[in-house]
Amino acid sequence: MTATPATRAPDPPAPAVRRRRGPTRADLGRPLLGALGILALLALWEAVPRLGVVSDRYLPPATDVLAALGVRATTPGFWTAVGDTLAGWALGLAIAFAAAVVLGFTLGALPRVRAYTTSTVDFLRPIPSVALIPLAVLLYGTDIRSTLLLVVYACFWLIYIQVLYGVADVDPVAEQTARSYGLGRLARVRHVVWPTTLPYLMTGVRLAAAVALILSITAQLIIGSPGIGREIAVAQSSGAVESVYALIVATGALGVVINTGVRVLERRVLRWHTSVRGEATA
Amino acid sequence: MNHQGEHGTMLKVTGLQKVYRGGATEVEAVRDLTFDLAEGELVCLVGPSGCGKTTLLKCIAGLMPPTSGTVELAGRPVTAPPPDMAVVFQEYGRSLFAWMSVRANVELPLKEKKLGKARRAELVAESLEAVGLTAFADAYPWQLSGGMQQRVAIARAIAYEPQVLLMDEPFAAVDAQTRADLEDLIRAIWRRMGVTVLFVTHDIDEAVYLGERVLVLSSSPTVVQDDITVDLPAERDQLTTRQDERFTELRARVYAEIQQAKNSAKGAPENPADGAGTGAARASTAVH
Amino acid sequence: MSQPTQTGPAAPAPAGSAPAPARGARPRRPHRGGAARRAGSRALHVLLLPVVLIGVYAYASATSSSYYTPTPDLIASAFVELWFSERLFADVLPSIARLLTGFTLAALIGVSLGVLLGMSSRVRATLEPVLEFLRAIPPPVLVPLMILLAGIDDSMKILVIVSGCVWPILLNTVEGVRAVDPVLADTARCYGIGGTTRLRVLVLRSASPQIMAGLRLALALAIILMVISEMFASSSGLGFAIVQFQRSFAIPEMWAGMVLLGLIGFALSALFELAESRVLYWYRGLRAAHRGE
Repeated sequence: MTATPATRAPDPPAPAVRRRRGPTRADLGRPLLGALGILALLALWEAVPRLGVVSDRYLPPATDVLAALGVRATTPGFWTAVGDTLAGWALGLAIAFAAAVVLGFTLGALPRVRAYTTSTVDFLRPIPSVALIPLAVLLYGTDIRSTLLLVVYACFWLIYIQVLYGVADVDPVAEQTARSYGLGRLARVRHVVWPTTLPYLMTGVRLAAAVALILSITAQLIIGSPGIGREIAVAQSSGAVESVYALIVATGALGVVINTGVRVLERRVLRWHTSVRGEATA
Repeated sequence: MNHQGEHGTMLKVTGLQKVYRGGATEVEAVRDLTFDLAEGELVCLVGPSGCGKTTLLKCIAGLMPPTSGTVELAGRPVTAPPPDMAVVFQEYGRSLFAWMSVRANVELPLKEKKLGKARRAELVAESLEAVGLTAFADAYPWQLSGGMQQRVAIARAIAYEPQVLLMDEPFAAVDAQTRADLEDLIRAIWRRMGVTVLFVTHDIDEAVYLGERVLVLSSSPTVVQDDITVDLPAERDQLTTRQDERFTELRARVYAEIQQAKNSAKGAPENPADGAGTGAARASTAVH
Repeated sequence: MSQPTQTGPAAPAPAGSAPAPARGARPRRPHRGGAARRAGSRALHVLLLPVVLIGVYAYASATSSSYYTPTPDLIASAFVELWFSERLFADVLPSIARLLTGFTLAALIGVSLGVLLGMSSRVRATLEPVLEFLRAIPPPVLVPLMILLAGIDDSMKILVIVSGCVWPILLNTVEGVRAVDPVLADTARCYGIGGTTRLRVLVLRSASPQIMAGLRLALALAIILMVISEMFASSSGLGFAIVQFQRSFAIPEMWAGMVLLGLIGFALSALFELAESRVLYWYRGLRAAHRGE
């Protein structure tokens, strides 16, 4: 076949313009539909208790709940609780991140040592962090350290495992190329291992950020350490139904902010990565 | 074989046009295509990449409604995928069900056709035999090489017993040696089964080697630029046929056509030395 | 639109699965006398660190005066005494039954809604922001809400698990269904594969890696929700028992409860992995094949 190379039809210039200029109807339609969805939900939420389908003792109308949230948002106590929740979230996530990155890269680079840890990791990883609640209570009481214990335990494994994935994914050819060009161990980590691992690491962080919020609030709910979780428990035990709903809406908003923030961060950090580039230029 | 054919017309494409509307802009992928395939014919469609070959094929297969024009299969208009047509796509890796064995992949359409168990087993065995994959019936597609995966797709198509077999650049993604084998396989299957084949490719050699007729498409917006009868012997061979003088002539002619299509698409003034092809005059009227 | 419940760009593997995915079976050559040595070395790899850790803990707890860290033998005897009794049937099995019921319901709801949403881009566009919000609500806050709505009985606990677990399953199913390969979808159409066969053979199977990733996350959530729904307000169940031990300073029993919880988490995860490796056998192979290229 090499003797008679196939004659390929030459590539023509790019066919007619396929790029779309400016927002099209479809682009504008999506947010519009989304807004419609939110409005429809709110309307339904308003109508169901108002029409008496469900007693407003169980489901207060949307306007009442949002009003209750508005009132709460003017109190400093609410913002302290938000701050406490976020502090538990951020600190726990940071500690888990640091520990997981250091241990992950170290053990990832030392496969012989890692082999001895696999069984232990596989056993500890699926242990639900809520199992640690009684211990946290005994050791730290309602201190923020109780929250941190749960958050760190849950988040550490998520990030650690992703780092190990990433290190394992390093292309041996790239590694050998770097070696043959005389790059030292540190330079190889910086130019070969780190870029490969980064997408995995960001996945771990993205998962861990959501889980950290869940456990931060769980600790406050169950243990009673300060934060929105405790506020909800208090509101529930005093039968303030509207407040319970209002605070749940607040945690949802917090969750949306965190999810969006992490996604933006991921996109920035991985700007050079094909998966993100594709998304940005498509 | 003559293209009006001693047999009836199997596939008839009339005035086919496809315009994509994406918000404010419109892209005319296919302008005005008219051609037909006689029953039992093997026709190759060749054109520069990006000339709307895949669009055309999707319209013929009933996967996509044309903007205007019609497609008729054995006299019946095609509006949805017709039951007696099979398609082999270029992306073999993506057109096979990765979660099914080779056998299950071939058998699935037959189950949907409500064939009996015995008949299914018979067809699966026959078609796997025809493509030389009997030994791999229980393997998963991803355990096979690219060429073997495309053989599975071909086996699935012929087990379906279609009247028309459409092939969309089926060998564009396999290596040269495998490609030659698969080309011979298609010729053999075609000659044995008498199925009507429309074979889309961007490879000029492949088009001339395989086809009884070659339809040359222009650049986008696409029209049929030339219709060339390949008067090579039915018995073809990778070595001798490709060295045949007539083969070289036909190849040069198709090449010139395509070159011409490319230049007119650029809107560049034509270089007479460049466009020295038999179809040049005819083509320029077709494109402008 | 990337979902936090999904794995990374370069890693479509389900989140948190074993760190060493199948990279193509390596042919094993039998070495003379090597088998025994290999088995020994494997046992050493598996056992060394756990033994060291337990040893260190045993030494530390024996020498420390802390009341909160009982020695391993105390924990072990409390474990046997507690859980090999009728408490197993009174507290543990009902908890697990609720967990599995809630998880199964969430899976059914999540997958069916996810398929519907995944197939219609209009419905998806309409519900996307709403879902984005509902998903962002940390599921544990539903516990006090469900108590308000459903009281402190089994249905509350199951409802909590369902309402918390359904989101990762739903959103991952949507992603998976959306990502059905267009070439494969065309192939199915050409061969007249439609209706329920299409759903069963094409849609659900090609979405299965994402669905399994969602289920895995949901399972972890289900355990958390089971425990805290019992801890928060309940008179029975494993979570309740553990909190009782802690409040009454029955420390070895508390530890025994924590150990049992850990074992349940481990066992469920192991079972899930087993199921996953069967369901996604093809997917592992496909990925290994792609890596090999």
